[in-house]
Amino acid sequence: MTVAKDVAPPSVVAEPAEELTVVPARHPWRWVATAVVAVLLAMAVNALVTNPAWDWPTVGQFLFAPSILRSVALTLQLTVLGIVVGFVLGTVLAVMRMSPNPLLRSVSWTYIWIFRSVPLILQLLFWYNLALLYRTIGFGIPFGPTFVEIGTMDLVSPVTAAVLGLALHQAAYAAEVVRAGFLAVDPGQLEAAAALGIPKLRQFRRIQLPQAMRTIIPTAGNELIGLVKGTSVVYIMALSELFYQVQVIYTRNGRVIPLLLVAAIWYLALTTVMSIAQFYVERHYARGAQRALPPTPLQRLRATLRRDAS
Amino acid sequence: MSATMVELRGVHKRFGALEVLRGIDLTVRTGEVTVLLGPSGSGKSTLLRAINHLEKVDKGFVLVDGELMGYRRSGNRLHELSERHILHQRTHIGFVFQSFNLFPHLTVLENVVEAPVSAQGRDRAEATAHARELLNRVGLSDKAEEYPRRLSGGQQQRVAIARALALRPKLVLFDEPTSALDPELVGEVLDVMRDLARAGTTMVVVTHEIGFAREAADTVVFLDAGRIVEQGPPAQVLDSPREERTRAFLGAVRH
Repeated sequence: MTVAKDVAPPSVVAEPAEELTVVPARHPWRWVATAVVAVLLAMAVNALVTNPAWDWPTVGQFLFAPSILRSVALTLQLTVLGIVVGFVLGTVLAVMRMSPNPLLRSVSWTYIWIFRSVPLILQLLFWYNLALLYRTIGFGIPFGPTFVEIGTMDLVSPVTAAVLGLALHQAAYAAEVVRAGFLAVDPGQLEAAAALGIPKLRQFRRIQLPQAMRTIIPTAGNELIGLVKGTSVVYIMALSELFYQVQVIYTRNGRVIPLLLVAAIWYLALTTVMSIAQFYVERHYARGAQRALPPTPLQRLRATLRRDAS
Repeated sequence: MSATMVELRGVHKRFGALEVLRGIDLTVRTGEVTVLLGPSGSGKSTLLRAINHLEKVDKGFVLVDGELMGYRRSGNRLHELSERHILHQRTHIGFVFQSFNLFPHLTVLENVVEAPVSAQGRDRAEATAHARELLNRVGLSDKAEEYPRRLSGGQQQRVAIARALALRPKLVLFDEPTSALDPELVGEVLDVMRDLARAGTTMVVVTHEIGFAREAADTVVFLDAGRIVEQGPPAQVLDSPREERTRAFLGAVRH
C-alpha cells in the first residue's frame, strides 16, 4: 500500500469543490457538419424556389380549388372507411385465428393468405367488375328461397367497390397487426383476470385490449398512412379521388408538375395530421408502461421557454 | 360455512406424458393455514391451481365450501360448467401469483377495485372505500394512485394480496408469493401473510419459506412426484418427519 501511496498523483481538489467550474468539451466536428448541412439545405431551397418550372403560382391557384377539395374529401372518406371496416374485420379475423375451433382458424388463415397475396390493384378490378361474375345479388335463406334480389350494378357502386376492395385487403393486414398485439400481452394478465373472476368480455375490453393497443398502435399508424396513399390506386376505377383529379386537370391544362405538387402537398398534410393524432393516442395507452409519460410538444416548448426565462 | 373449506378427492392431472398429480386426497379446514412443501416439479403449484379450477383436473374432484369446482353433478356424471359460471365460482377464492400479475395500465387503486365492481357487481364507492381500507392494512395507503411499475416487488405483491382480499374471499391461495422477490423484501410480504393467518383467514400457501411454515401453518403437507408423502402439524413434519424423502428435502432446503 505504501507503494500505491507514492504513485498516486497529488489530489487536484485541493480547494472546496464549489469553487471549481465545469467546462464542457468542445466539439469542432459538430460545427463542420452543421455548416455542410446548412449549405446543402440552402441549395435545395434555392432550387425549389428559383426554378420557374415548379410553377408555384399554379400550385397556389389549384391547392384549394373546389374540385381538388372535393377529391381530398373522397380520399379521406375512402381512407376512413377502409381503415375502420378493415380493422373491425381484421379484429374478427384475429380472434378467429386465435380460436380453439379449427374451422374458424383455417378460414381466417386462408382469408389472410389470399388477400395478402393478390395485388390490391387486381382485387379492386375484381370488385369493380363484380357484375360480370354475378348479375344479381339475392338475400334470403342459404340454399333456400331468396326474398330480395338486387342488380349487382345498383348495389355495388364504384365507391362501394373501392371501399370494399381497400377494406378487404386492409383486413388481412389488420388481422396480423391485431394478433401481434394480443400475443404481446403477458399471459399472466389473463390468468390474473380469470383468477379474479372478471367476466370474459370485460377481460377483453379492460385488461387485454388496452395492453394490446400499445403494440397495435404504431403498426396501425403505418397501415393508416399506407392506406392514405394506397387510395391513389383507386384512380383505375375512374373515381375522382385526389390522384385521379390532378391527372384530369393536368391532361386538360398541361401543367403536370405543379398539379403533382398539389397532390403531394395534400398527401403530406393528411399524413401529418394522422401522425400527430397517433402521438396522442400512443401517449394515452402508455399509462403505467413507463415511469413517466413523454412530454407533449407543447409541454416541451413551455419547459424550454421557462428555462430560458429563468 | 362448513368446518371443511377445501376437499380434494382422488385428483389426477397430466400434461401430455407427464403425470403431475397422481391421486391427491386433501382436506383443508376453515380458518386454518395449510402450507404445501415439496421439491420443484412435485406438483404443488398444479395442486393449488386445481383448487380454483385454473387447472382442469383429469380425474377426481375438488370441493370448495361444499361446492363442486368447475362441474355440476347429476347422478354419476360430472358436467363441465360454462366459463361464466366458473368465473363466478372463482370470485369466492383469492389467488396470489408468484409474479404478482398486477394490471400495469391501471393504478394500484384501480387494480384492487376492478374485480369487486366488474365480477361481483358491487357499488364502486363502497368497493373503493373497501380497497383503501385494504391498502391501509397492507401498509400502502399512500400508493393508491401510483402505477404498479413504480413500486418495488414487495410493494407490488402486497397490492396483489389486497387485490385478492378485495373479493372478500372465503379462501386465499398463494403460489410461491415470495419467490420472485429480492431477499430483503421477503419479510414485508410474509408479515402481511402472518397478519392474515392470525385474523383467521383460510389460506393454502405454496412456499419454500420453512420459517413461515413453522410459525404460521396449522398443517404442513409434503408432496413429491405428484403424491402427498406426509402431512401434519409443522412441529411433526418439519422437526421429526417420518418419511425419508421429507427428511432429505428439508435437509437440502435448510443448508
